[in-house]
Amino acid sequence: MDYFSTIILVLDSTVRLSVPLLFASLAGLYSERSGVFDIGLEGKMLAGAFAGGAAAAVVGSAWIGLAAAVAISIFFALVHGFASITHRGNQIVSGVAINFIAAGSTIILGQAWFRQGGRTPALPSDGSRFTEIKLPFADTVRDVPVFGPIYSELISGHSILVYLAFLTVPFTWWVLFRTRFGLRLRAVGENPAAVDTAGISVTWLRYRAVILAGVLCGFAGAYLSVAQNAGFVKDMTAGKGFIALAALIFAKWRPVNVMLACLLFGFLDAVAIRFSGIRIPAVGEVPPQFMQALPYILTVVLLAGFIGKAIPPKAGGQPYVKER
Amino acid sequence: MKRIVLGLMAATAMSFSAYADPAIIYDLGGKFDKSFNEAAYNGAEKFKEETGTAYREFEIQNDAQREQALRKFAQDGDTPIVVTGFSFAPAIEKVAAEFPDTQFAIIDMVVDAPNVQSVVFKEQEGSYLVGIMAAEASETGTVGFVGGMSIPLISRFACGYVGGVKAANPDATVIENFTGDTPAAWNDPVKGGEITKAQIAQGADVVYHAAGGTGVGVLQAAADAGKLGIGVDSNQNGLQPGKVLTSMMKRVDVAVYNAFKAGADGAFEPGIQVLGLAEGGVDYAMDEHNADLVSDEMKAKVEDAKAKIINGEIEVHDFMSDNSCPY
Repeated sequence: MDYFSTIILVLDSTVRLSVPLLFASLAGLYSERSGVFDIGLEGKMLAGAFAGGAAAAVVGSAWIGLAAAVAISIFFALVHGFASITHRGNQIVSGVAINFIAAGSTIILGQAWFRQGGRTPALPSDGSRFTEIKLPFADTVRDVPVFGPIYSELISGHSILVYLAFLTVPFTWWVLFRTRFGLRLRAVGENPAAVDTAGISVTWLRYRAVILAGVLCGFAGAYLSVAQNAGFVKDMTAGKGFIALAALIFAKWRPVNVMLACLLFGFLDAVAIRFSGIRIPAVGEVPPQFMQALPYILTVVLLAGFIGKAIPPKAGGQPYVKER
Repeated sequence: MKRIVLGLMAATAMSFSAYADPAIIYDLGGKFDKSFNEAAYNGAEKFKEETGTAYREFEIQNDAQREQALRKFAQDGDTPIVVTGFSFAPAIEKVAAEFPDTQFAIIDMVVDAPNVQSVVFKEQEGSYLVGIMAAEASETGTVGFVGGMSIPLISRFACGYVGGVKAANPDATVIENFTGDTPAAWNDPVKGGEITKAQIAQGADVVYHAAGGTGVGVLQAAADAGKLGIGVDSNQNGLQPGKVLTSMMKRVDVAVYNAFKAGADGAFEPGIQVLGLAEGGVDYAMDEHNADLVSDEMKAKVEDAKAKIINGEIEVHDFMSDNSCPY
């Protein structure tokens, strides 16, 4: 195994691992840019993963699974919106509540419906999962040096949701910085009173932002249960929602930076998986514990030393009150 | 919800407490986990079918319930009380001391108490057999092992497996990886799948897992890549039909059945019971899902090794005896 193909394989794994982070992080981006903190990314993703796995198992269609995941995730997003926008509740409390509800209800419903210890039945590969798609000419160019492996391994051979995730990045950038909606969304996160004075509904803008967050969390969940894995397993998000939140802060709430941050986290994860228990010359065997701790160590170092101050949207976390 | 459940439990307890039924408590994951707990459930059901004696059961939902459930059953006078899984050890040590007249049994762990029976398995022997099959089935000469949490018990699986692989093909390479260092490693199929993909990229074409729920992802990734997986604990051949070479079965059902039966016959013996190949405690799984994958030659080799282990000609090293693996 030469170095080049090892690098390609690690990068390939990086792409797969960073997709759920990317969806969830962009979901948080919409919500937080509008001034609604969203700590419930994890819960929405988990609920989406469960709904996706359950629907795909019952109906036998990956697309129905995706639709179900998005629907349930939007539902939770609306609950968050209702509590924190309409009723001006504490956004953190509402988000934590969503996380708890999702963690508990998915196991109870899964056990009640499928009787497999909170799992959904394993999905067969024929149509009820998003399988890997081969881009055109992937096999023909495989033997071309350098470019061949990059195209056939790294770029081709992912599920459709992976391509969608990376297309969402420029799309989000365009929406935020080139459309009227994006301008208003950013404004409402910085100074809602000004937006209100201009005659635009703060409530409706923020609701649209949390709905968008719901859609993207649904995609993240469906990716976990219907594409990356074949079925839902309890607690399968395993803290990815919080890592996505960290990536968002890391990236200072900017779409392209979000992608880079998610790729970095995915890369560290991939390296930890690929190189645990491997002997490195002159050092000997690296303890697997060290490899597994590496992402967290690097996060702390990078956050402390290289990123600088991350300033959140000014009105973030504050419910908007029209008159005092 | 919880109050209703406990209320119901108390109500049933009152009406049945005089009978001293056997009882079983399942570990997290639940009794239909297609693996460890389900095997225990099957053993209990077999007992019920054969003797007509009812048994009581409880599926814990969180760690705090281990001690509660044990104490509840013990207070109701149920005996023997069987618990599945090593995580019950601290709870059973405590409760067994409080109820010296109640008989307890714990599977997969040794608890030293005068009224506790500890049932452990020689996983290394079963793993040795599937190791032979892996080496025989492998075309690349490289096979993989994916463990769950990095603990000596799982290294015991790994060591026996390596022993079997090297016995069948001394030049073979075994890639060993563990999923993590926390209990979350038992339930991370996504990471299990990634590790499997990495092993396949390194040339492995048969991957054995001892990783609980994580293993679902291992078998899935192996099947997706057109390679073979090997299941563990229960017969997992049917999870990916035609893509699972075999499964290393731990007969948890036999252990539960024996404990219940001994309790009913008044023949319950505390102490350590070690179930190996000779006692039928571990084995490899054959059924219609893997019949085409296992050649007669492969089968003859495994049966030969099995006979030799049973009569003592081959001794498979136990990792937990000295925390090292000589293979």
